[in-house]
Amino acid sequence: MNPTDVVITGIGIVSSLGLGTEAHWQALTRREPMPVIDRERFAPYIVHPLPEIDWSTQIPKRGDQRQMETWQRLGTYTAGLALDDAGIKGDEALCSSMDLIVAAGGGERDVAVDQSILDASLTRNDHDVLLNEKLTTDLRPTLFLAQLSNLLAGNISIVHKVTGSSRTFMGEDGAGVSAIETAAARIRAGQSTHLLVGSAFQTEHPDMLLAYELGSYLQREKWSPVWDRNKDLGGGVITGSGAAFLVLESREHAQKRGRTPYAAIGRVASGRAKRKDGILQAELGKMLSPLTDGEGPVLAISGASGAHEATKAEKAALEDCGVVARGFNTLTGHLKEAQFPFAVALAALAIRNGQPYPVFDPASEKPFETAPKAVLATSVGYNCFEGMGLVVEA
Amino acid sequence: MKTTDSFGRPLVAITGMGVVTSLGRGKKDNWEALTGGRSGIHPIVRFPTDHLATTIAGMVDFLPESSGGASALTFALADIAAEEAVGEAGLPASDFGGPLFLAAPPVELDWHNRLRLYAQSDRSNGWRSLIEAARKANESALFDESQFAAIADRLADKYGTRGLPITLSTACASGATAIQLGTEAIRRRECDRALAIGADGSATAEALIRFSLLSALSTQNDRPEKASKPFSKDRDGFVLAEGSGALVLESLESALARGAEILGIMRGCGEKADDFHRTRSKPDGSPAIAAVYAALEDAGMSGEEIAYINAHGTSTPENDKMEHLSLSTVFGERIRSIPISSNKSMIGHTLSAAGAVEAVFSVMTMREGVIPPTINYENPDPAIELDVVPNKKREADVATVLSNSFGFGGQNTCLVMAREAG
Repeated sequence: MNPTDVVITGIGIVSSLGLGTEAHWQALTRREPMPVIDRERFAPYIVHPLPEIDWSTQIPKRGDQRQMETWQRLGTYTAGLALDDAGIKGDEALCSSMDLIVAAGGGERDVAVDQSILDASLTRNDHDVLLNEKLTTDLRPTLFLAQLSNLLAGNISIVHKVTGSSRTFMGEDGAGVSAIETAAARIRAGQSTHLLVGSAFQTEHPDMLLAYELGSYLQREKWSPVWDRNKDLGGGVITGSGAAFLVLESREHAQKRGRTPYAAIGRVASGRAKRKDGILQAELGKMLSPLTDGEGPVLAISGASGAHEATKAEKAALEDCGVVARGFNTLTGHLKEAQFPFAVALAALAIRNGQPYPVFDPASEKPFETAPKAVLATSVGYNCFEGMGLVVEA
Repeated sequence: MKTTDSFGRPLVAITGMGVVTSLGRGKKDNWEALTGGRSGIHPIVRFPTDHLATTIAGMVDFLPESSGGASALTFALADIAAEEAVGEAGLPASDFGGPLFLAAPPVELDWHNRLRLYAQSDRSNGWRSLIEAARKANESALFDESQFAAIADRLADKYGTRGLPITLSTACASGATAIQLGTEAIRRRECDRALAIGADGSATAEALIRFSLLSALSTQNDRPEKASKPFSKDRDGFVLAEGSGALVLESLESALARGAEILGIMRGCGEKADDFHRTRSKPDGSPAIAAVYAALEDAGMSGEEIAYINAHGTSTPENDKMEHLSLSTVFGERIRSIPISSNKSMIGHTLSAAGAVEAVFSVMTMREGVIPPTINYENPDPAIELDVVPNKKREADVATVLSNSFGFGGQNTCLVMAREAG
């Protein structure tokens, strides 16, 4: 035990499974957890949609809500859940000295404006002039801000008054890993005492699917568990909307506030395997051993995306180390930047409740019967970058 | 030589720097232009300017990648600056051996590619047709354009940086944040050195239009070189620009041990978020003030020790007023006698790159003993009483610099640099 150990004192999570920690724990510990999926709206693609959310419970001002699109609202809302959970919400002194790290993609483009440009482009050749003409007249000024990556953090500062510092990391799954890794490293080194870290991903927008399909990463037509995706149906990824924010504190800071942590964050490791050399599984193995050796039976909350190569490599690496995995993307879909924060959140819930998750996919996952002492959270990016961290009893 | 600071942390040296702006490629060309008071702002040639309120920019138009889209140009800019910095540091070109922190603009599929894909599609089904065309095309270059990790991934490959590279955005403070992250990593003793890059090649028509819609850009198109006029009464917005800056940050101990030349010391970094508004700063300037104080405190220095301020100085009515208010609060009466100049008067606002570009110029200011001027200062704003080093460079002994970066979304980051470790 060390005063600068990194403990988790607040969790906010949202996915198709529900709002908040309790809803997720209930949904994930049912005998046979069931995914919520929407097959129609984005057919042939399947998405795990957001549940209904009353934004005003975390974003009370209508004016603030209007300045955002769903992605920023989702992140700001979920950050509020985490702050509430940690007993920090509305505490001016704690919020104004609190550091913030957000892993972000981009916000939603205006589909109607973009489509009108695409349509008009078919009847004329001066495309550059067409862009100027349409964009100057049709773009809403506020939409630019709703799209800007760092404006999720900006909105969290405005709505929740978290203003100690504000940093936004970009870069898909890897950004979520770096956000948690950097947050934990800062606390451990005494560079921060308390910190809000997390991410949101809103997949229910054509551009969000387009970005994956530019690389042929999505599975079409048919839903299946994350470990059992079909190469004949595409690249293997099924996406979901969701978010995860964590309040991290130094042990000393949490103790002084009299807060009982969910769990502590142990070692976090990250890397950039040169995947085209076929070394991902080996690199993951090297990353795993120092984290899991000597820990007894380890349960893994795996952020495997379903992308064929990465998922296969991760599955093999985890099995080699004797780690029993739960692939939560079976139930939530791929949450992109939010993958690792979400995995860490689920790991912390298992530690807090002293109970493992049942199998999410009976065909591919093994039972884990004992109370977990250490839960591994992983995020192997669907295209690049990978990381993992151990969540342990506080 | 002492290699730790007053807090016992490793001192962070700068051992290599690189820069590209509309003024040219590399430190030498940039410095000549900058100290000559020359502007890089020019009429936009990359795309037609019909219907646009602003038709000038500080674009980098002299690279082969200049017309290749925001993602390709941002990579090229980062690459050129990194090559210069790593070369100057005397480190192996492909085995950097430390982490990479890249400040870069959020990227999207370029409009030209979007239109091309749609033209290839069956067009019967709106966005579904577009996605189907994207899948069938399966062009890795287009996929990379939509991935925020792609630029840093390529840089990491080329330079052999260690671990998972971090790409970040804190809007117009991004470049400074990249430096801050590298500095913190060295102070945590995670690494001996870090490569911090700010790069921005995203001056597309859509970017220009978006900033125009927020009334952020100058519309003084008639004489492009005169449009960016920080601290002047008739300033009317910033000039969108492109560029890059790269710094090799290294623990002083490691730099000395390998006999590297110490170009400067990164003494302190400070930040404070603003919760007032998405694009405007709190009227009392308290977040910017807190950021300056945080940087001074982190540097273990008092305001008395700052010899020169490299201003954020965007030339927007709001920024320059608020920057003056904040600095006046921190430095009191003394602010009138501290030289402060804005590189943006000549290079425009390089957005994600600005903090890194201006850190490079700050170090050069100390090393050369020459302060680049704030050009176009012909009509001073009477409400802003500052020594802006008007129009002509000034020779001066500059031992320390404060460099400010403020951005949309309430981002405020300040850096304190020193010429020597002592």
